[in-house]
Amino acid sequence: MKNPLDLLWGTVIAGLILTVILYYVVKSLIGG
Amino acid sequence: MEMLPGIYRWIHILAGVMWVGLLYYFNFVQVAALKAAQADSTAAGITKHVAPRALLYFRWAAVVTWLAGAALLGANFVPAFTFQAGWENIGMGAWLGTIMLINVWALIWPNQKKILGLVQANDQEKNKARRVAFLTSRVNTMLSIPMLFFMVAQSHIGM
Repeated sequence: MKNPLDLLWGTVIAGLILTVILYYVVKSLIGG
Repeated sequence: MEMLPGIYRWIHILAGVMWVGLLYYFNFVQVAALKAAQADSTAAGITKHVAPRALLYFRWAAVVTWLAGAALLGANFVPAFTFQAGWENIGMGAWLGTIMLINVWALIWPNQKKILGLVQANDQEKNKARRVAFLTSRVNTMLSIPMLFFMVAQSHIGM
């Protein structure tokens, strides 16, 4: 499988997915 | 003294725009431009004249951004980095920004020095350096997306 970071849009999509994951991490830290 | 947090915020944003702006220049423009330039043998224009200047402002803007951010946090530096109540969002942004800063100075810049010939390296070392610098730059581009979200989320996104 190709590394998604080799593609610019793969990088952007990975960043968006990471944002969603970290959003829920922070939300759980807040206790929401 | 009352103006200091505002000044720190201003410097943090100014330097941050330069840092992330140059990061996006490298990833959205220069990588593709270099590929095209190598095809018609004009890459030296970029590697000799553009990249070293862009890297100079890039790495020092990263330092100024981090220092101004730390000054802005002030006494809340530890609460933010330890995700204490009320500081979870900015803490996440601060951690992501810190990882990005470490990536710039520990991985991108040392490898770019080999690529640009500022440090002696053979072809094999240069090829490895190119791959590490490229992937680290891409990791920072990826991290910048949640980093900016959490920087904004503290005050502007209801969480």
